[in-house]
Amino acid sequence: MPTLSTTLLDAVALLATFDAQVAEIVWLSLRVSGAAVVLGTAIGLPLGAVLAIGRFPGQQAAIVLINGLMGLPSVVVGVVVYLLLSRSGPFGAFGLLYTPSAMVIAQTLLVIPLMAAIARQVVEDAWQRYEEELRVMRFSWWQSVTTLLYDCRHSLMVAVLAGLGRAMSEVGAVMVVGGNIDRVTRVMTTAIALETSKGDLPLAIALGIVLVVVILVLNAVAFAVRGWAMRRYG
Amino acid sequence: MFPIRIRGLRFRPNGRAVLDGVDLDLAGEGITLVLGPNGAGKSVLLRTLCGLITPSDGDIDWGGGRRPASGVMMVFQHPMLLRASVLENVSLAMKPLGVSRAERQRKAADVLERVGLAHRAGDSGRHLSGGEVQRLALARAWLTRPRLLLLDEPTASLDPSATAEVERIIREIRTDGTRILMTTHNLGQATRLGDDVVFMSAGRVREHTPVQRFFARPASDEARLFIQGELPWRMSF
Ligand SMILES: Nc1ncnc2c1ncn2[C@@H]1O[C@H](COP(=O)(O)OP(=O)(O)OP(=O)(O)O)[C@@H](O)[C@H]1O
Ligand SMILES: [Mg+2]
Repeated sequence: MPTLSTTLLDAVALLATFDAQVAEIVWLSLRVSGAAVVLGTAIGLPLGAVLAIGRFPGQQAAIVLINGLMGLPSVVVGVVVYLLLSRSGPFGAFGLLYTPSAMVIAQTLLVIPLMAAIARQVVEDAWQRYEEELRVMRFSWWQSVTTLLYDCRHSLMVAVLAGLGRAMSEVGAVMVVGGNIDRVTRVMTTAIALETSKGDLPLAIALGIVLVVVILVLNAVAFAVRGWAMRRYG
Repeated sequence: MFPIRIRGLRFRPNGRAVLDGVDLDLAGEGITLVLGPNGAGKSVLLRTLCGLITPSDGDIDWGGGRRPASGVMMVFQHPMLLRASVLENVSLAMKPLGVSRAERQRKAADVLERVGLAHRAGDSGRHLSGGEVQRLALARAWLTRPRLLLLDEPTASLDPSATAEVERIIREIRTDGTRILMTTHNLGQATRLGDDVVFMSAGRVREHTPVQRFFARPASDEARLFIQGELPWRMSF
């Protein structure tokens, strides 16, 4: 039975030798979650802004729904996407199940409510300050959406980071729709779960360390950029 | 758009009469000062004119039309500032007009020159002083060449030299052909800038007279007391 310290040492050794297998898994994780967050940004942020400034029937219900979906278990999203993409499902013909594309779709759906909910809060505050002047200048609602998203760009980085954190750290959705296939759909979280259950703790811990470091580095960069922008534009 | 005829304008949110039957005629030229005590309804009147408040009753005739197609701008006491450069903050006003970005920025640079902010064009709008913010807001409104410009206390909390600069710009906008309706609590400013005075209290227009006459011979006791009440303050300079 290996002790905790030898396990940790093995994990560090694995990282020091820059194991190709680890690198491949990390790279796929970044690509899948990165793509999901790009799509989530393109859809979630405008959606949040529309919910903040629009005046339409069902708006309150939509806000409650988005806020509720924020906490949806990722495995449930995985199952829904699985049903949509499986052979007999409505999008089965595309043959996407157990591919990285399926994982991107699942993670995108997972992060949209989270990013939209944060964006709604941020944009609503700005809208309260700007509404009257934008109305006097006769901005259309879509022009207001784009102007406010631009104005809140620094604060909205929080939404992007939250989305990235959620996508990178979730395991349920990618497991269900990706299948954790070696060298095809295996990402950090699914690999950690598998290696732990197999008893290969050094690899699991090595991946865990990488996961934490990647998230920390991304946050640090974003924090620095945001600080710079705040000083620049107030 | 002119003459603008306002008749029986009422605004009574929750039953309280904020505008209590405003009658007012505005001909096509000059600078009209709206004076009156706090809470008289001056700001509400301006907001109603630019469509931000829907009156409960009464009507506004815009030179024959029911509502102005466009050409009404308002500068607020605390203008909005995007987290962007001064130039972008000004060119913003042309965004809804379907003008190309390059054209917007060129015109914005011109108008910044005229308000004396050209050297700040690239700075963040949020780093301006109070006087510069008002000049930015005036530039933003001027950019669209409005027919009617509404100014709500444009020099409140500005020092005398910043006030003088803002007054110079207001005169220039007027000379450029824009009709101006503005509120102020600075009676010296009213005599310096105004062609005529609209005196309001308790949601009504009490008198509408040329500036000189308003200060020399106010029509009501209320207006006389209002002017006197401000006098000690004026003399403390
Ligand atoms: N949108 C609104 N809904 C309800 N009441 C309002 C609204 N806007 C203003 N009021 C009320 O109307 C009254 C008149 O306000 P207004 O801001 O027009 O006064 P004012 O003449 O501009 O005063 P001041 O000189 O202090 O600026 C105030 O009592 C204010 O609380
Ligand atoms: Mg006011």
